Amino acid sequence: MRLRLNGITKQFPGVLANDHVSIEVDRGEILALLGENGAGKTTLMNILSGLYRPDAGEIVVDDTVRAFRDPAEAIAAGIGMVHQHFMLVPIFDVTDSVTLGSEVTRGPLGVIDRPAARARIVDLSETYGLDVDPDARIEDLPVGVRQRVEILKALYRRSDILVLDEPSAVLTPQETDELFVIIRSLAKAGTAIIFISHKLNEVLEIADRITVLRLGKVVGTVIPAETSQSALAEMMVGRQVQLTVERKDAARGPVVLAVTKLQVRDDRGEITVKHLDLDVHAGEIVAVAGVQGNGQTEFVEALTGLRAIDAGTVTVDGVGIPSDPRAIADLGVAHIPEDRLRDGLVKGFTVAENYVLDAYHREPYSSGIRFHRDAVAAAATQAVADFDIRTPSIGTDVGSLSGGNQQKVIVAREFGRTVKLVVASQPTRGLDVGSIEYIHRRIVEQRDAGVAILIVSTELDEVLALGDRVAVMYAGEIVGILPAAEATREKVGLLMGGVR
Amino acid sequence: MSRLPIGLSGIFWALAGVAFAVQFFLSKAYIALGVEIIIVVAIAVLSRSVQGRNFLNRMKLPMLAIISAFIVGGIVLVLSDLEFYTKFGLNPIGTLVSSLGRVAEAYGALIVGALGDPGKITTALASGQANKIGIALRPISETFLATTPLILAGLGVAVAFRSGVFNIGAEGQLKIGAMFAVWVGIWIPVPGPFHILLALIAGIAGGALWGFIPGILKAKTGAHEVITTIMLNAIAQQIMLALLLSPVLQPVGGTTPISMPIQASAQLPLLLDLPKLRVHYGLVIALIAAAWTSWLMFRTTKGFEFRAAGLNPRAAGYAGMHAGRTIVLAMLVSGGLAGLAGASEVLGTTHYLSPTISPGYGWDAISLALLGGTRPGGVVVAALLFGALRAGGPGMALATGVPIDLLAFISALVIMFVAAPRLVREIYRVKLNATTPSTPRPQETRT
Repeated sequence: MRLRLNGITKQFPGVLANDHVSIEVDRGEILALLGENGAGKTTLMNILSGLYRPDAGEIVVDDTVRAFRDPAEAIAAGIGMVHQHFMLVPIFDVTDSVTLGSEVTRGPLGVIDRPAARARIVDLSETYGLDVDPDARIEDLPVGVRQRVEILKALYRRSDILVLDEPSAVLTPQETDELFVIIRSLAKAGTAIIFISHKLNEVLEIADRITVLRLGKVVGTVIPAETSQSALAEMMVGRQVQLTVERKDAARGPVVLAVTKLQVRDDRGEITVKHLDLDVHAGEIVAVAGVQGNGQTEFVEALTGLRAIDAGTVTVDGVGIPSDPRAIADLGVAHIPEDRLRDGLVKGFTVAENYVLDAYHREPYSSGIRFHRDAVAAAATQAVADFDIRTPSIGTDVGSLSGGNQQKVIVAREFGRTVKLVVASQPTRGLDVGSIEYIHRRIVEQRDAGVAILIVSTELDEVLALGDRVAVMYAGEIVGILPAAEATREKVGLLMGGVR
Repeated sequence: MSRLPIGLSGIFWALAGVAFAVQFFLSKAYIALGVEIIIVVAIAVLSRSVQGRNFLNRMKLPMLAIISAFIVGGIVLVLSDLEFYTKFGLNPIGTLVSSLGRVAEAYGALIVGALGDPGKITTALASGQANKIGIALRPISETFLATTPLILAGLGVAVAFRSGVFNIGAEGQLKIGAMFAVWVGIWIPVPGPFHILLALIAGIAGGALWGFIPGILKAKTGAHEVITTIMLNAIAQQIMLALLLSPVLQPVGGTTPISMPIQASAQLPLLLDLPKLRVHYGLVIALIAAAWTSWLMFRTTKGFEFRAAGLNPRAAGYAGMHAGRTIVLAMLVSGGLAGLAGASEVLGTTHYLSPTISPGYGWDAISLALLGGTRPGGVVVAALLFGALRAGGPGMALATGVPIDLLAFISALVIMFVAAPRLVREIYRVKLNATTPSTPRPQETRT
């Protein structure tokens, strides 16, 4: 066996992140590690890569027990990591990025032997079909290629145990397919591969074996031929899961949100949203798909008053939106921001304080100067019950809640009042399946109550599950709008890649 | 590094132990016993309620920081004694014991210098002679006197920190406040209590003005308040010197930069009419200001905005709060409180303005705001500690020959330990409560 993890246990304050986890992977094998956020996948991989030391258990490489004191030792043992967030220097070219930290030198002065390094990179790239130009600058490369540079980096360091952490999170479906071809060719050449994911269809497609983690424990190991999506989901969550959102057909009303020729600039002054046209009607969900970084963030910020509109118009019920977030909210617009702890919640504030974060200045929470904590407490207690927020008390710091419950606090706040339009950005990012189901159900409830809903998500599954219409955003534009019936994974995927 | 497993009550026992040791060396064991009993009873009472336990938890880090600072201070005191090196080789244990004795003596003298000698206080009170009582109570009166501006300036800094604005301009705001107050005190003829009131308001206005400038600059242009407030500190000092040498404040024929005295009607009355006691109503004002600040921060919508902006300016903006307005308002309040500190000094303590009006109160204010966890109550307690260090220092230096600079060193160490909770946690192996308000750091706010 190339690699075996035996009874790995890691305790963090208050959390048993890994509880006697054992996995193994051999040469030429693809092992998928499946689990929800918080199941302990990342902790396990950080132990494997030498970042953490386990409290108990052993790492066995080629039948020898190893203890990695730092990442360098793990790399020396042949373990290569491709992280979710790339570790590349934008202004370096591919050759320099790949060799960084393990440069080949010659002569007594240690001159870097670039030609030799470049030749090896070309060779590796051809062998495994990576198709990477060794002279291209990182910042000019699309995300999919950058990921291949990361793989190249691992191969260059002669890693033959390759760990890929959620590699498809930043890719279009087509790019994911290309990645899978590469992974298979690597496996064929004898590399042991650990593929970390929470996406059921992917692990079924790529893996030779699937090990499922739940709450830090191994639930079981299965082979794809003998399992199914729903069986895997049940293992992962620990109960029966509904994979699709149950809902009636949309009863479409008049236009609520009308966006015409919208142009928005990002922080650097670049135009990131251009000529964007989009209507959302009452009682329908429009889901905007797209690979991360195609202007979605700026688009949503412009709609909610957090970013200036450069050109074009945005109207809600025929009224042009003001430039102030509070005035927009007062028009009946609810906003679920993409990053709950960055934008949506104040860490250090209690659940109750966060619940009134946008209404603290209104009756009954305030009468002019004074802030009425009793009224806030009463409303928050009600919201905690109504929205099933699991918290020790309303006085608990919101930062200490789970992601799902934090999101429920936001949903409670935004849906707790009467609104016409909901703008939800990545509403279920990083949540467990139970919370995802819950949030989706609430969103559909709002739609059925006649609210216009705009969802922006990079999770294709979410877009396809929720959207009555699916719009695809690419390079700051809406490149296509498909009714739900026509929105297939393939069609949407092509649009996400910019192919019209 | 050796690790001492110390629980919550252990910390207080350790503190009590230190007090006991100090008092033992001063042969006043009965007082130490009294202190022990008070501390144990206080812990017992507090730990019975949830709020009490939360309070004790909050006190853990500052307490440990203070203890650690005094321990390190003691080590430095020992190591900085040349005799220690010459004698240590000959008689290590004896030298160590006598060095520790010296440390205990110095700290004992510090305590007596700050709080007074309990023996003397008792005999003076028993004698009933005003003169004697005044002399006996003078140390504690001096501590309260130094505490007064520290509370006010500390509250100012705490309000700004809580709101995410790193106001380190309390020193300048205090001086401008003192200038405004002294000018009203000298020149505006209003009768009786109104004169005091007007001078106090002028002080607040002056400080608020000096806080408004960096506030509006940050809100409108993004100029970083750390830079602007430091610059404004220097500018305040120069304005003060210029005015002190001009007919606006300088008495006719004067040559030194010292202002005319304020009119008697503008003087803050003394708290106790006893000889030698200088503590005045500024202390009462400071305590009222602490209560007001607490109300402002936790019971008003503006306070809610301040705290939200301080913890997460992005989320505050998302929720419809105006970052710019919040910054400006927080700086107005912050500067106003620091200005009130300056007013209280000139109206209550000196009755005139001189360049030495603040021996660094505005700088101490930053430290004690952090030590007090940027909570008004914490600021009051921390200000008492810093006031005691300031008031007790000269007594210690006089009685034991230990340089007064040791105290600056210790206050710096306190802050270092407060700012490095992980260090304290590692040394004492204690779990620090996660809800301890984290030290606010300057944050880039988009406006």
